[in-house]
Amino acid sequence: MSNLAKDVDKQSKPYEFEQIANSSKFKQLMSQKKRFLIPLTIFFLLFYFMLPILTSYTTILNKPAIGSITWTWVYAFAQFIMTWALCMIYVRRAMKFDELAAEIVAENKQEGAENE
Amino acid sequence: MSPIALLLFVIIVVTTLIITYWAAKRTNTTSEFYTAGGGLTGWQNGLAIAGDYLSAASFLGIAGAIALTGFDGFFYSIGYLVAYLVVLYIVAEPLRNLGKYTIADMINARFEQKKVRGVAALSTITIVIFYMIAQLVGAGALIQLLLGIDYWLAVLIVGVMMTIYVLFGGMTATSWVQIIKAVLLMLGTVVISFLVLAKFHFNILTMFDEIKTLTPLGEKYINPGVKYTNSLDTISMMAALVLGTAGLPHILMRFFTVKDAKTARSSVVTATWVIGIFYILTIFLGFGAAAFVGASDIMDANAAGNMAAPLLAHALGGDFLMSFVSAVAFATILAVVAGLVLSGASAFAHDIYGQIIKKGKITEKQQMKAARYASVAVAILSIILALFAQKMNVAFLVSLAFCVAASANLPVIIFTIYWKRFNTTGAVTGVITGLITALVLVAISPSVLNPEPGVAILTGTAIFPLTNPAIVSIPAGFLGAFIGTLLSNKRDEKKYAEVIVKANTGMK
Repeated sequence: MSNLAKDVDKQSKPYEFEQIANSSKFKQLMSQKKRFLIPLTIFFLLFYFMLPILTSYTTILNKPAIGSITWTWVYAFAQFIMTWALCMIYVRRAMKFDELAAEIVAENKQEGAENE
Repeated sequence: MSPIALLLFVIIVVTTLIITYWAAKRTNTTSEFYTAGGGLTGWQNGLAIAGDYLSAASFLGIAGAIALTGFDGFFYSIGYLVAYLVVLYIVAEPLRNLGKYTIADMINARFEQKKVRGVAALSTITIVIFYMIAQLVGAGALIQLLLGIDYWLAVLIVGVMMTIYVLFGGMTATSWVQIIKAVLLMLGTVVISFLVLAKFHFNILTMFDEIKTLTPLGEKYINPGVKYTNSLDTISMMAALVLGTAGLPHILMRFFTVKDAKTARSSVVTATWVIGIFYILTIFLGFGAAAFVGASDIMDANAAGNMAAPLLAHALGGDFLMSFVSAVAFATILAVVAGLVLSGASAFAHDIYGQIIKKGKITEKQQMKAARYASVAVAILSIILALFAQKMNVAFLVSLAFCVAASANLPVIIFTIYWKRFNTTGAVTGVITGLITALVLVAISPSVLNPEPGVAILTGTAIFPLTNPAIVSIPAGFLGAFIGTLLSNKRDEKKYAEVIVKANTGMK
């Protein structure tokens, strides 16, 4: 079935993917995505690995923060908050990516129709 | 077995069979079989991801680990959750846009080469088999404890059930079993957590104050370092947890059950909330068991602590709650193994048989037949392996599955989507390097080799010092893919343009 689909692609060639990839709008989408995804991915991985690094090599997180709750637990809980927060932030941002992507798709659909 | 427990087990079996009967009528095409026709909503798929992900190891294992080792048990909860950021930010949407049924499909969207599909299918099958043996052996041991039936019978019951769901109901039945299980699991966990919190007068500070006097570990209980004393090993395990999820075939397969990348995204968001809340509540399960069951009673029932949650349920709500929790654990196992059978079957029937052997020249009817035969074959193989593996310590099999997923699958998935220069040779060497490094390092690790007879599989001195090789094998996977790419002159920027446009816009 997938081979059949590929043959159809080859015959009708609805999109010029290289042309789209080099279009300013697509480049804009990619740079926006990169500027958002790369720093945040680096951030959450660093934030994540800092916990086992701190607990393995130091005892600074063993001090009590609130009552008997130590900073280890506060840090651990912060990881949950971070995950949910970054999840929500991403969804918001992705709506903008979606708009841009939808524009690219719409523009190229028209061109594709002309080619046919 | 108490009559309530029996009744609840029967209800679960009957309900899931009714779902399977209903789903079977909706499973006529290959796409319906593997991906429920791509017709799930974000909510449904999000719950199904949670149902697929929160295995008995999460529910019973983590509760037990926290009960016995305090904070160290909670490391798993953190790693398993943060992993969803990797899935959401890096993998889910491009995967949905490029793939069809399997991870190999997605990598093949860029490299139309049989050998690439072959190695991707190989790593999928390796992961599924390790994960499956761990689940089935765990299931056998647990049901034996909970219901008092023999190990082989317990494995057989779970094995037959999972085969029925997949064989007749395909992904539709599997998804709904996972959804129902996710709801039941959350319900059980919330109820127990509420009861635990009530015992501490709804004051978390009181809970932390009192827990220090209630366990044999005393003050140490709330600090890390009880179980994980080797710093590098801890970090290595955390690396496998956070990066492995984004390479697990049965989780990634779930993204093909929704119609587009946007729905894939919303399903990760739902899953992240459900999974996150669950893992936060594991604190109450663990602390509760430590306080109201006690370490010695937990260890008496099962040395690894797997009975902590059911015993806590008994302490808080008597026979009924314990029966309910046991039934939920049973449903949990069923939901996870069904998802595993399906992803194993898709690698055999779709990748190896349909695309490599038959070169895609295969009718719809033949595809369905192959899918069903493969499901039965995967199920039988794993039941047999599980029957032989009864005495094995299976904990390392799960960590191995995560490790292979992170080392063999993730580098190639990331490079396929994001690296222009990446090529066929790099894809093949990446998967193989990651796979072999993980397997070999585990084979010579303390999990397999221990100087004391009977502690590990073999008696001997470990050559590799860490129980979890992720910290070496993940970089090895990336490096293998990188070096392999540079060794070959081949590059196809035209194809990459197509992949990057499709991955980011959803164009077909």
